[in-house]
Amino acid sequence: MKSFKSFFVAAALVAGAASYTPALAAGGDTPKPERLSWSFAGPLGAFDRGQLQRGFKVYREVCASCHSINRVAFRNLAEPGGPQFSESQIKALAAEYKIKDVDDKGEIIERDGRPADRFPKLFPNTDAAAAVHGVAPPDLSVMAKARSYSRGFPLFVLDALPGMAYQEHGVDYLAALLTGYTNPDDLNWNKYFPGNSIKMAKPISDGQVEYTDGTPATEAQYAKDVAAFLMWTAEPKLEERKRTGFNVMVFLFIFAGLLYFTKKRVWANAH
Amino acid sequence: MSGPSTYVPKSAIGRWFESRLPIIGLVHGSFVAYPTPRNLNYMWTFGAILSFMLVSQIVTGIVLAMHYTPHTDYAFSSVERIMRDVNWGWFIRYAHANGASMFFIAVYMHMFRGLYYGSYKAPREVLWILGVIIFLLMMATAFMGYVLPWGQMSFWGATVITNLFSAIPLVGEAITTWLWGGYSVDNPTLNRFFSLHYLLPFMLVGIVVLHVWALHVVGQNNPVGVEVKNVQRDTLPFTPYATLKDSVALVLFLIFFSWFIFFMPNYLGHADNYIEANPLVTPAHIVPEWYFLPFYAILRAVPSKLGGVIAMFGAIAVLAFLPWLDTSRVRSAAYRPVYRVFFWVFVAVCIGLGYLGAMPAEGGYVIASRILTLYYFAFFLLIMPLLGMFETPRAVPATIADAVLAKKGPVMNPAE
Repeated sequence: MKSFKSFFVAAALVAGAASYTPALAAGGDTPKPERLSWSFAGPLGAFDRGQLQRGFKVYREVCASCHSINRVAFRNLAEPGGPQFSESQIKALAAEYKIKDVDDKGEIIERDGRPADRFPKLFPNTDAAAAVHGVAPPDLSVMAKARSYSRGFPLFVLDALPGMAYQEHGVDYLAALLTGYTNPDDLNWNKYFPGNSIKMAKPISDGQVEYTDGTPATEAQYAKDVAAFLMWTAEPKLEERKRTGFNVMVFLFIFAGLLYFTKKRVWANAH
Repeated sequence: MSGPSTYVPKSAIGRWFESRLPIIGLVHGSFVAYPTPRNLNYMWTFGAILSFMLVSQIVTGIVLAMHYTPHTDYAFSSVERIMRDVNWGWFIRYAHANGASMFFIAVYMHMFRGLYYGSYKAPREVLWILGVIIFLLMMATAFMGYVLPWGQMSFWGATVITNLFSAIPLVGEAITTWLWGGYSVDNPTLNRFFSLHYLLPFMLVGIVVLHVWALHVVGQNNPVGVEVKNVQRDTLPFTPYATLKDSVALVLFLIFFSWFIFFMPNYLGHADNYIEANPLVTPAHIVPEWYFLPFYAILRAVPSKLGGVIAMFGAIAVLAFLPWLDTSRVRSAAYRPVYRVFFWVFVAVCIGLGYLGAMPAEGGYVIASRILTLYYFAFFLLIMPLLGMFETPRAVPATIADAVLAKKGPVMNPAE
């Protein structure tokens, strides 16, 4: 039995080595992003609706001028597990966007958005975007999963363990990046960006977006809220996943217990 | 061991059917009456776990294929659609992606167990070689599956690995072009990888059937490593004993598996694969999936490209010769005090190579990779043959029943 356990530890270590890989976005000698506390972290985590709604507001008023969230549909914003805006709010929101479509004569038209539409792309392709911005601003739909950083050995192993699980590297990186413009003389200098020189100039400052729920309108708060919103756009089924997982675990533990005692009983007569 | 079935159906219609197609008798002989050594420990449950994982991967894979589009323009988006718009799509995809890792964790356990208890030794050589073929097919399947989401690591991993074939003298370039279906990894490559990724698992099923058949002919090895001498004293029928024990292990494994699916589904993946493939932007570090890392480290440890490719494939091929490289008369490491030490060093070396495979190929990492690669091959090519001649094994019990009695005392309770 001792060897059995050793095998498992060994496998876990090899498995963990993958996560030690320096990521594209956050390698080099940049500091590690601060680990923030998130309502959606941990096995029982769930999004904070207010935070998602604030995050969406920040996205719309600041990020959306350059970055699309093309994989998100307007209707998603009303669905369970998300910001849960009302149906009428979503209808009104969608109608503010112009969507390219083809009419019944085959003509290309622009019509008002509907809840089933996705947030439109801002440019026909990356070349067109690069022509305007120098570098094409990436779509942010899955950004919270497309960026990460490693906490190094042995923390990456601990990140996997129940009770200590840490899976919010990407969203911490996004929040850190938005607050990493610490050089007042150079708005393209970012503490957390590899090489420190980022094409996106400091996008947001204190008081830029109005909050109506009493949350402090600070840069750090904006960064946190919009990062949480982007975690939702990247993983819209996060709440359903964690809730299902909890039920699955309860079932499996009970099932394992019953099976174990059945097995013990049967093997007791094995002579 | 299994031999002709003694199964007699109870009903008249059952006897009528059995005399025309004895398939129920075959299943009965293989999974009910089949005698299993009574001293098997939980390391022997990974065969059942692997069978489950193969079926699980096929079922989730078939459902994914219903929603996936193998085209460079749509592949990444279709995966995101699965995550967002397909009912339970997030579960199916995470179960499939993490299922690949679980499959490899289980297969590595299964292989290390075989290595520890000498399960490859006569008369189980063919059984072992079939296992090596299964491992190779698994690697090919997993590699091609990782390309399908068409993220940055998919694309660049495929580019690096297919480029390895260009190291073959004279025909290398031609072979690589043929594999790609063009002059770089592109839509034809994605299409054929999808086709093969769907085909290979069914070939795997075929080889697994042969693997189980071979197992049921020669019988299972066991922790003591002596053959069954008296079926009455040394074995227990597969059902209910092994079925129940396998079920306990499988459910424990499912708990481990579920932890990944539901609570950290992207832990074993790479963030770059959530960026759509872009042939114009190379990631800072191109890293394969964790289960390839030891072999990737061996590849990069050798200074020449061709040499590295030979070493990498050699690291797998050498396994097939194990039955003849190991000269020891005793099977189980439980009675081989010196081999046991070398074995655990070997396990540590494999983990170390896995770690080094994830590190950049520079400075001290390369030197460490070379040292560990040397040990990897020395373990099979030097230690295995020589140890059998110089090591003095401890006394091996005469029978399995004796071993169980010695452990438990006269009151025999093979449960623990």
